[in-house]
Amino acid sequence: MLRLEAVSYRYAGAQAPSVVKVSLVLGPGEVVGLVGANEAGKTTTCLVAAGLAPRAMGGDLSGQVTVGGRRLADLPSGEVAAVVGIAFASAQLSGICSTVYEEVAFGPMNLGLPRNEVMARTVRALEAVAIGDLAARDPAHLSGGQRQLVVLAGLLAMEPEHLVLDEPTAHLDPVGTGLVGTAITRLAAGGASILIAEHKTDLLAAICGRVVALDHGRVVLEGAAESMLADPKLERLGVDPPTSVRLRRLAVAAGVDPGRLEVAT
Amino acid sequence: MAATVTAVNATLLGGVLGPVALTLVAVVLPAAVAGILPRLLRVGLVVALPLAISVLVVNLFFFPSGASVLFRIGPVTATAEGLAYAIETLVRLVAITGALVLFYLTTPIGSLVVDLERRGVSARVAFVVSASVRTVPAVIERAGQIADAQRARGLDTEGSLWRRVRGLVPLVGPVLLGSIGEVEERAMALEARGFSRPGRRSLLWAPADSDAERIARWLMVLSVPLLVVAGLTGWLA
Repeated sequence: MLRLEAVSYRYAGAQAPSVVKVSLVLGPGEVVGLVGANEAGKTTTCLVAAGLAPRAMGGDLSGQVTVGGRRLADLPSGEVAAVVGIAFASAQLSGICSTVYEEVAFGPMNLGLPRNEVMARTVRALEAVAIGDLAARDPAHLSGGQRQLVVLAGLLAMEPEHLVLDEPTAHLDPVGTGLVGTAITRLAAGGASILIAEHKTDLLAAICGRVVALDHGRVVLEGAAESMLADPKLERLGVDPPTSVRLRRLAVAAGVDPGRLEVAT
Repeated sequence: MAATVTAVNATLLGGVLGPVALTLVAVVLPAAVAGILPRLLRVGLVVALPLAISVLVVNLFFFPSGASVLFRIGPVTATAEGLAYAIETLVRLVAITGALVLFYLTTPIGSLVVDLERRGVSARVAFVVSASVRTVPAVIERAGQIADAQRARGLDTEGSLWRRVRGLVPLVGPVLLGSIGEVEERAMALEARGFSRPGRRSLLWAPADSDAERIARWLMVLSVPLLVVAGLTGWLA
């Protein structure tokens, strides 16, 4: 259970706060989508939810962030990563590993897990996003999409109870995006709570139970994924509706009964 | 470790013959066996040549108590004592750089880092060692990307030498600032992967370490006090 209660955060040196009174609850096994235009506060919400802001970057935080009833701010700095995992769109790697295998094993190694467990998790995580064939490659020479999958595999290998993903498919092709979706669904089925900021609403429609929309740092819409993603107000917030919703609208406009459309999501 | 011992012993062994013999046994022979003698010579030359030349020039011409004059160039005089001292210093220099280059050529940085950590060096120190090795190519790559981006927007960096040099100026800022900016991102990435967690990290492998290697190491360590004693008792002279 990851809970944000009326959280406001201002970056160090910034005039105005980037998120204002954001409240979010992620129950076990729940996948919540975060949508909104650029600058709406998605990344900031992710940083706050993962405990990196203000811990790693200063700034002012008000309100509460708790995991399983414990305040994130009270956890010792090294412990947070074991509780909440985070991946960024930039897909920054550790920079000290010479193979993808080591890079994915890096997290579990830091957790001090037994060697066999580290290796088993690493192989499982590589398989989960179908990058087993990259295992021996140098992470410095990967494409943006491959790097993103490596980062995600590294997080999966840590098997966190909570996962915060900031545009995890930004550099990915449709196949890679699908793999990320499958991995997230599988992780949630195992009881993990997942917050995902994403522009690709098709992916959100496939994996999210709930969707939260941000505008100028505030939560403006919130609800079940299906009704939220079909909400016409979303477009005014700079969010493209998923293909299925657009198709239905086109059908209505053309006088075709949308009930007769079969949409495979 | 062998490199350190070779270097220390080279300084302990006085004269010319000692360090030469040591270089042959501890540097040239293993390098030849490993088939990397040509590379060793090439890298060693690049590393040691500037220092060697300055040692030679300074001692040859400016040795304080040099009396026997070999030849004169303008106001400076080359002395035999200076030459002898320069050669003595040079053979040591050769032994030391040879040992270090041999170490550099034969030890993958990954093995070094894992072994350091296995022996109880903190993960942060190990991180600094491997990050510093891996950062150089990353920065070069970044510089290339920025240069490409600048060229794509019309910055003229080709043509005459002067123009190329001038093209470097707008590169310095972005490369430096970008590298510094990346530090924060890297710190967050490491934090997100639990790197700052207290307690021991688990390690996946250990470099092979045979009994023979272990015995060789101890013998080498032992050789240092032996040489010190030998030197003090005047046996070496």
